[in-house]
Amino acid sequence: MKAASFAYAKPRALAEALELIARPGAKVLAGGQSLIPSLNMRLSSPELLVDINGLDELKGIRFDKDVVRIGALTTHADIERSDVVKKHLPLLAEAVPHIAHPAIRNRGTIGGSLALADPAAEYPACVLALDATIVATGKEGSRKIKAPEFFKSLFETDLKPGELLTAVEFKAQKKDERSAFVELARRHGDYAIVGLAAFAGNGTKRLAYFGAADRAVLAPNAAKAKDLESAKAALAKDLQPPADLYHSSETKLHLARVLLERAWTKL
Amino acid sequence: MDEAIDTTLTVNGAQVTRRIPARMNLVDFLRDELGLTGSHVGCEHGVCGACTVRVDGEIVRGCLMLAVQANGCKVETIEGLSDSGELAALQKAFHERNALQCGFCTPGMLLAARDLLKHNPKPDREQIRAHISGNYCRCTGYQAIVDAIEDATRTEVVDGQG
Repeated sequence: MKAASFAYAKPRALAEALELIARPGAKVLAGGQSLIPSLNMRLSSPELLVDINGLDELKGIRFDKDVVRIGALTTHADIERSDVVKKHLPLLAEAVPHIAHPAIRNRGTIGGSLALADPAAEYPACVLALDATIVATGKEGSRKIKAPEFFKSLFETDLKPGELLTAVEFKAQKKDERSAFVELARRHGDYAIVGLAAFAGNGTKRLAYFGAADRAVLAPNAAKAKDLESAKAALAKDLQPPADLYHSSETKLHLARVLLERAWTKL
Repeated sequence: MDEAIDTTLTVNGAQVTRRIPARMNLVDFLRDELGLTGSHVGCEHGVCGACTVRVDGEIVRGCLMLAVQANGCKVETIEGLSDSGELAALQKAFHERNALQCGFCTPGMLLAARDLLKHNPKPDREQIRAHISGNYCRCTGYQAIVDAIEDATRTEVVDGQG
């Protein structure tokens, strides 16, 4: 199918973009790799598309004082090729090749993925596992949102109308910290049946599952467990995965335990 | 903030300017406005890969980019890359290995394969499969396509092409 008609604007400055996205019926176009399919299928029909790709200040990866700041418009391909990410955010480096396919990774952006908050997407689980901070900018200025407060529900985030996700900030992984990323999909690049982004450091673990709830979720009970068997048992308290077309809730919980086993020895 | 926008881009080396409706996808523009029908329209939601084209040197889904977004960009399609000879080794290998039947996926498959060889001249079969995972073929079962891409890695080295 073809998209319904819409007006199009490509602002050159952030202030201009913020003014445009506050208009009724406006939608932000970042990489477009989820928005354009939904336009093509007419699941979405905005009156105005605000193409933010002209805002160069939202692009790029910066490392400064143990913080890696990734601009919202940084593509999956840029993150995949980044030496800073490989060195300081190995979890993210491990996750990116799982996102869709090369042609999509060349366009899709980290900000777009986080703002959409697809429950089966990789980045939301990564920001939870790494306890990252999301930067949202509105007309009144910027505010920082901790990852667990950002994801509210199915495709729902803490972003307010008129706010733009502008960056995400990660603490660089330290030498004694560990991480693991595992996911199950029928075909390489498909959305995960279930996936796990895991982090361990300073005596604590963070286990972030995706494809297992209405949003990416932490599994605090499993993370507190002393050994793998009790962690697997505790996972039932953390996850009640909704069934999808092919997998029952029990199957998904079973697969979440399989992933925990695979990740456990790396943590 | 219009529904039709003046857009100038370079397609296979030639500069074109058109007034384009904002909602028009890049692949529809290439096919309907410029008559470049080598890029195919399959699923129209980014799953099948038949519409793969190159924008500023990187492959993209032609159905997941608006034509107006290509303003100022350099777009290359199967027609241009075929004429330039850049795909010659791959095309020969696809022919010899019978890596196409109906041919619908072939332009996208060739662009994805070329993209792989540009970034990684010596991929193993697993890497080939991962790189073409976003391109559906409903005829061949992929085996012959993987064989052909593997062959092309050898001939490209021997011929010094690409």
